[in-house]
Amino acid sequence: MRERLTSLGRSHEARLAVIVLAIAAFFAVEAPGFPTLANLMDLLEGRAVLAILAAGLLVVLIAGGIDISCAAVAAVSQYLVALCLIRWTGNWALALLLAAGFGAALGAVNALLIHALKAPPVIVTIATMTFYFSMLIFLTKGVSLYDLPDWFTVKVSILGVPLPVAMAAAVLGATAFLLRRVSLGRQIFGLGGNPEAARRMGCNVAGLQVFIYGFSGAMAGLAGLVQAYRVEEVAPSALIGRELDVLAAVVLGGASLTGGRGTVGGTVLGIVLLAMLHNGLTLMGVSSYLFGSVTGLLILLSLAATSVSQGRPQKGGRHAG
Amino acid sequence: MVRPLVEMLAIRRRFGGVRALSGVNLTVLPGEVHCLAGENGCGKSTLIKILSGVLAPDSGRIVLNGAEHARLTPAASQAAGVQIIYQDLSLFPNLTVEENIAFRRHVGRAGRLVRVGAMRSEAQAAMARLGVSLRLGALVRDLPIASRQLVAICRTLAADARLVVMDEPTASLTHQEADALLATIRGLRAHGIATVFVSHRLDDMMRVGDRVTVLRDGANAGTFAMGDLDRGRLGELISGRRLADAVKQPLSGSAPPALEVRSLSRGGEYEGINLAVRPGEILGLIGRLGSGRTELALTLFGMNRPEAGEILVRGRSVALDSNRAAIREGIGYVPEDRLSLGLVMPQSIAENTLVTVLGRLCGRLGLIDPQRRAETVARWMERLQVKTATAERPVMELSGGNQQRVVLAKWLATEPRVLILDSPTAGIDVGARAGLYRTMDELAALGLAILLISDEVEEVRHQAHRILVMLGGRIAGEYSPSGITDEQLREVIRA
Repeated sequence: MRERLTSLGRSHEARLAVIVLAIAAFFAVEAPGFPTLANLMDLLEGRAVLAILAAGLLVVLIAGGIDISCAAVAAVSQYLVALCLIRWTGNWALALLLAAGFGAALGAVNALLIHALKAPPVIVTIATMTFYFSMLIFLTKGVSLYDLPDWFTVKVSILGVPLPVAMAAAVLGATAFLLRRVSLGRQIFGLGGNPEAARRMGCNVAGLQVFIYGFSGAMAGLAGLVQAYRVEEVAPSALIGRELDVLAAVVLGGASLTGGRGTVGGTVLGIVLLAMLHNGLTLMGVSSYLFGSVTGLLILLSLAATSVSQGRPQKGGRHAG
Repeated sequence: MVRPLVEMLAIRRRFGGVRALSGVNLTVLPGEVHCLAGENGCGKSTLIKILSGVLAPDSGRIVLNGAEHARLTPAASQAAGVQIIYQDLSLFPNLTVEENIAFRRHVGRAGRLVRVGAMRSEAQAAMARLGVSLRLGALVRDLPIASRQLVAICRTLAADARLVVMDEPTASLTHQEADALLATIRGLRAHGIATVFVSHRLDDMMRVGDRVTVLRDGANAGTFAMGDLDRGRLGELISGRRLADAVKQPLSGSAPPALEVRSLSRGGEYEGINLAVRPGEILGLIGRLGSGRTELALTLFGMNRPEAGEILVRGRSVALDSNRAAIREGIGYVPEDRLSLGLVMPQSIAENTLVTVLGRLCGRLGLIDPQRRAETVARWMERLQVKTATAERPVMELSGGNQQRVVLAKWLATEPRVLILDSPTAGIDVGARAGLYRTMDELAALGLAILLISDEVEEVRHQAHRILVMLGGRIAGEYSPSGITDEQLREVIRA
């Protein structure tokens, strides 16, 4: 038990949770309107799209890859789904299926390129991001879609929780289950920790990569759908640049850019931390131009904390043997 | 006659125009410890890869447990109970001990749920069979290398290994850790699990092996019962030549020392060290890990300051407060851990060789003169016989022996007067060793003073003119190589 407690104290998540609570306490005192349920729901709903994207990116990062194209995939599949819904009306089940399907297909393209070209994922996904966004704007001539079906614009809530928050929770829960409780998740951790070992142990590395990038794409598709639902329109340029917010939240949540490390809990805390900061600062009347610098500083602090805690030799393992 | 576990007969394999294996036989019996010995490039790894099913032979027969495999796949090899532990161990540093041991459960069954209890009992069962105890929840990256090796062995047991192939398992271990590993291998034998032990270390092979197959230039030099060989004979079989058995005599004359140390002490590391090494002399400093030998070497190279005492270079007292100061005084140091201390692995041989002498290669304008650069590199590559097509290859692509020579080249390029060699032959093969010894003798003949630090008795006794024994941070005695036998020296350092 003591062992478990000390490892909890060492963990990135625990430190992050303390910081989140401290900041929440600070804003509760300093920012009027912060500690209300309405504000809290608002805050979560505003970050739901980001959270769904983050679930996909987290899986990619743990596997040792990176997906810069997630926001672009979200934008493209969002537009495709909207076109389908406008044409055939459809329903939620169809919309979710289409969104995840388009996204997964676009994401799988990344995996195939990475595999075929043996190129670094960061380069491949920057290329596909640029390509997807550019083609989207070019083919749509930048025209937004407004005439979405009526059923799609009705605000739904599940047990009092707005749909975007419920979706984000479901997606994050499913991701946590996949990572921790399914063999596939263990293989993903293994691949990120030591790709050569994974290959030697008989993992189907190509198949794993198709899954990982396909999963990230599917999450992006769902995120795009939720974003369209929230704003009741589909603008081709709406999601440009969001990939960096996602990356910031996931890295802040303790996922390693070198692979093999990351948790859903940490990612959630990363998202909540950034959301609270922006929300609280807004309520306090701080200029929104400063948010970017706050985010940047936080990421640097988080990296510093991680490297300090890893620089210390961890004596626990030495007793073994 | 027991049925062999593995029979590989007349295995041939070419890579392009190069013949890697020309008709090699290997027979492993159930439960035996079978050593596979040979110099770098003799075909050991190729043979192992063929046994693992990763590589197909051009011709030859492979019979596992009596069943002939026309085309052996990795899956078939593993199904027959063959498990390979590569030198890098191929563990997952970010996963726990139990997850690593039971990782195979997750492969090929992507949709299956993780059963923590089953995983744990599988890991525990494997550890119990091996008689080791590791904390199941510890992350592998937090474990010392020796424990990681145990995890790798447990993993093969969890996969129902009948034969564990270990590639250079003791190369990265200290002597105590290697002892423990050899005991573990004997434990596997007691469970009826065979081991193929691939190694450069003659002593380790002598101690653990039942039989040994020696490969030379892609062909069998023979398979022998270990009891029929002695160390010297095994070395000869591997290298194909007779190793010098002569020992050196202490130098005569009274030339002043190139490097002298008086009452040097550093708390907890070494105390009251007196030694002197003269130009042209190889002074052997023998001591086990933890005797303070490496700490002393680091001080002599300016890496950590002594707390008391004096260091004299050519009779003049000097303060070596940095390695740059040591280099200025003409002291070169080839570290024990050549991989982490001596080389910039991704950079080329040339870059690594020249890093110590960049200043001297500058022409006008302070730019590096390409011709002088090329000449310097070529001179040392030739002198040290580094086998490479081009000096622009990254050092990490070289074999261990060649890497060691590049480290040596790097220091010789500074044209030092004193060279400190810390365990220079750790992890390199017999032939490369002989080459290094020859180089060492040549350098001494040129007037270099060499301090040879090692824990290998034969090496020190055959290479040095004089021997100092270091025990618990102190110099415990001085010997002339002809005045003591290998066995006596071994006893002294174990005291």
